[in-house]
Amino acid sequence: MSTQNTLPAPRQGLNLRRFLDEWVMLLAALAIFVLCTMFIDNFLSPLNMRGLGLAISTTGIAACTMLYCLASGHFDLSVGSVIACAGVIAAVVMRDTESVLLGVGAALLMGLVVGLINGIVIAKLRINALIATLATMQIVRGLAYIFSNGKAVGVMQEDFFIFGNGQLMGVPVPILITIVCFIFFGWLLNYTTYGRNTMAIGGNQEAALLAGVHVDRTKIIIFAVHGVIGALAGVVLASRMTSGQPMIGQGFELTVISACVLGGVSLAGGIGMIRHVIAGVLILAIIENAMNLKNIDTFYQYVIRGTILLIAVIIDRLKRR
Amino acid sequence: MRVESLRFNGIGKNFPGVRALSDISFEVRPGSVHALMGENGAGKSTLLKILGGAYQPSTGSLQIGSQTLVFKSAAESIGSGVAVIHQELHLVPEMSVAENLLLGHMPARFGLIDRSAMLRRAGELLAGLADEIDPRQRLGSLSLGQRQLVEIAKAMSRNAHVIAFDEPTSSLSAREIDRLMTIIAKLRDEGRVVLYVSHRMEEIFRICDAVTVFKDGRYVRTFDDMAELTHDQLVTCMVGRDIQDIYNYRPRPHQGQALRVEGLLGPGLHEPVSFSVAKGEVLGFFGLVGAGRTELLRLLSGLAASKAGSLTLNGRSLTLANPRDAIAAGILLCPEDRKKEGIVPLASVAENINIGARDRHLTLGCLVQGPWEKENAARQIKALNIKTPSAEQPIMYLSGGNQQKAILGRWLSMPMKVLLLDEPTRGIDIGAKAEIYQIIHGLAADGIAVIVVSSDLMEVIGISDRILVMSEGALTGEVLREQAQESRLLQLALPRTRG
Repeated sequence: MSTQNTLPAPRQGLNLRRFLDEWVMLLAALAIFVLCTMFIDNFLSPLNMRGLGLAISTTGIAACTMLYCLASGHFDLSVGSVIACAGVIAAVVMRDTESVLLGVGAALLMGLVVGLINGIVIAKLRINALIATLATMQIVRGLAYIFSNGKAVGVMQEDFFIFGNGQLMGVPVPILITIVCFIFFGWLLNYTTYGRNTMAIGGNQEAALLAGVHVDRTKIIIFAVHGVIGALAGVVLASRMTSGQPMIGQGFELTVISACVLGGVSLAGGIGMIRHVIAGVLILAIIENAMNLKNIDTFYQYVIRGTILLIAVIIDRLKRR
Repeated sequence: MRVESLRFNGIGKNFPGVRALSDISFEVRPGSVHALMGENGAGKSTLLKILGGAYQPSTGSLQIGSQTLVFKSAAESIGSGVAVIHQELHLVPEMSVAENLLLGHMPARFGLIDRSAMLRRAGELLAGLADEIDPRQRLGSLSLGQRQLVEIAKAMSRNAHVIAFDEPTSSLSAREIDRLMTIIAKLRDEGRVVLYVSHRMEEIFRICDAVTVFKDGRYVRTFDDMAELTHDQLVTCMVGRDIQDIYNYRPRPHQGQALRVEGLLGPGLHEPVSFSVAKGEVLGFFGLVGAGRTELLRLLSGLAASKAGSLTLNGRSLTLANPRDAIAAGILLCPEDRKKEGIVPLASVAENINIGARDRHLTLGCLVQGPWEKENAARQIKALNIKTPSAEQPIMYLSGGNQQKAILGRWLSMPMKVLLLDEPTRGIDIGAKAEIYQIIHGLAADGIAVIVVSSDLMEVIGISDRILVMSEGALTGEVLREQAQESRLLQLALPRTRG
């Protein structure tokens, strides 16, 4: 028997650790929320809660699919540009055709194309995701400026504003879309081959390939879906602002990645759950909201956000010890 | 040079779920070459990593002379006069030989590197060791043997008095080996402590003054008198028991051809390879590292593309564009490097078992069937005796043998016709080895054709019905079980071009 070489696995410790890995950040988000309600005036006011929800929505939607990129061992820097370009394209197409459907469709199609390009370049040509998406980030940002002539493009169609300003039973539509995304992509990750294969690829690509997983195809789908969802976030944002703005969302990709990592998604791939994403998005948004309510200078907010990100990656590193 | 002896005092090392070393104690005298021997996974490399400061021991300590030491980093190890020369050399290919030699302490004047002093110093270090190497050369342009000499010169520059070599000859030519032996003899005559890890018996008997044998992470014994030691004694000591009983071989009928390979050529194969394997047969492939066996399995499993040749499975011709094609045909591979190519380390045991078969048990073409997966994982864990606290345990916490059994479980969940095993028991303790042999023979009895690649001579002889030998990318011989002898197989496996 192999008992001579096998120690009884430290089961109790492992379970506790796994429990912490999975839930600690969500509990932390809850704790921060409670602290804010206790110590910050107006934090719990309906108006502020609504603002907080909206602040979560854009990051939350994009983070759902960034989770897949990270879990597969990659990431996507182009999502900020995709958001801007999607808003611009939707606005320009609606200006020219007066059709909301065409405008939104064109924006999502752009997201799909950019995602496919990212996916194919990364999966088939084996180009590092950093370089590949750094390139598309700049290309797509450039296109956003070109399509809009560098200026915000206003939207006249009332129907379009449903995405950003509509309500269903008192809940703003962007928040509903975010919740649907959280549920859908969380479910997808656990209950479909697509989701399980994503985790396996991030955990060990070679092993996944040898076990018969469609590695390249899965990666391309991950980036394509991420492109479409990024564009959807862009449409929602444009709708909220009633215009497509080419300069919006700069540095947004980093906010999304830091939200994921803060929540517990591993930058190295193979570890990630939707509750990590929810926790990370909540923590970042609540802290930002609290800083605004406390009138903390924007300059200091940068320092604080950077510090939080640094702590998050250090935690990620320590977890893999 | 006055050097003191090196002692290992009760060294133990635990990794999560695995005890790599336990209670290792022995002494190495200065002015001697001391060999460490043992099967793969016996713990030699772990011990050298502890000596080099890369790992910290869980128990015990080192002792150099009267000083008791535990190195917390490679820097501390170097500072105490220890140099470990690893299989993968720690050199920078894009820098010059001189820069590599003096990395970390380059001669400088006012913060600027003094190039002429650097070249002079490098020249002095190489003198007598490798005079033909120009210190200005880019390191990447040197042969592997020359790079090893640079690494040795680097160790000498730090005036290391304990020098450990980890399988230094595995990539050297015969001439380079001769020179290395001369240098090692010189290091010994200068009175240094030399540790030497190798699998090659002839080197051990040629250069070493003492041998310590390890087995399954434990110290077995030290032989001090090489003149009294025979080859067979050493092997028996390494294997540690009568070999027959762990292989559990029983003759069984073969049932007609399963896989036929004809004129196969591809990366790593220098001559066309043809052979066939019958249903219910265990076909062994023996050869030295780099003989082309792993490359052959990569071709058979669709991982690499063949340049010529044909495959026939159960009478039907077969083309493999990727691993999925091979899996669909029932040709399943357990790869050599379990960690790198076999398991998804962070994922659970259940996940690792179900990853392959999942596609065949879906609802609506994409939804995972939770109950089936749970049941299948439980079934394989039970059938293969995989020791894990639960199916949800991340597989990286399991021992190598249990990881290998989980990969076997992955394939047992699917229709199997040919099973390809690449070094199936490397780094696995003896108990799990015996279980894996039993599984192999059970599969063969069920009519599966099994191809086993192994560098472990006794394993190949112990489990195979028939053995094919490869050398330098070509088949060099076929030996039936009844005729299988170590010397015959080794002779076929040795490269003919080598001196």
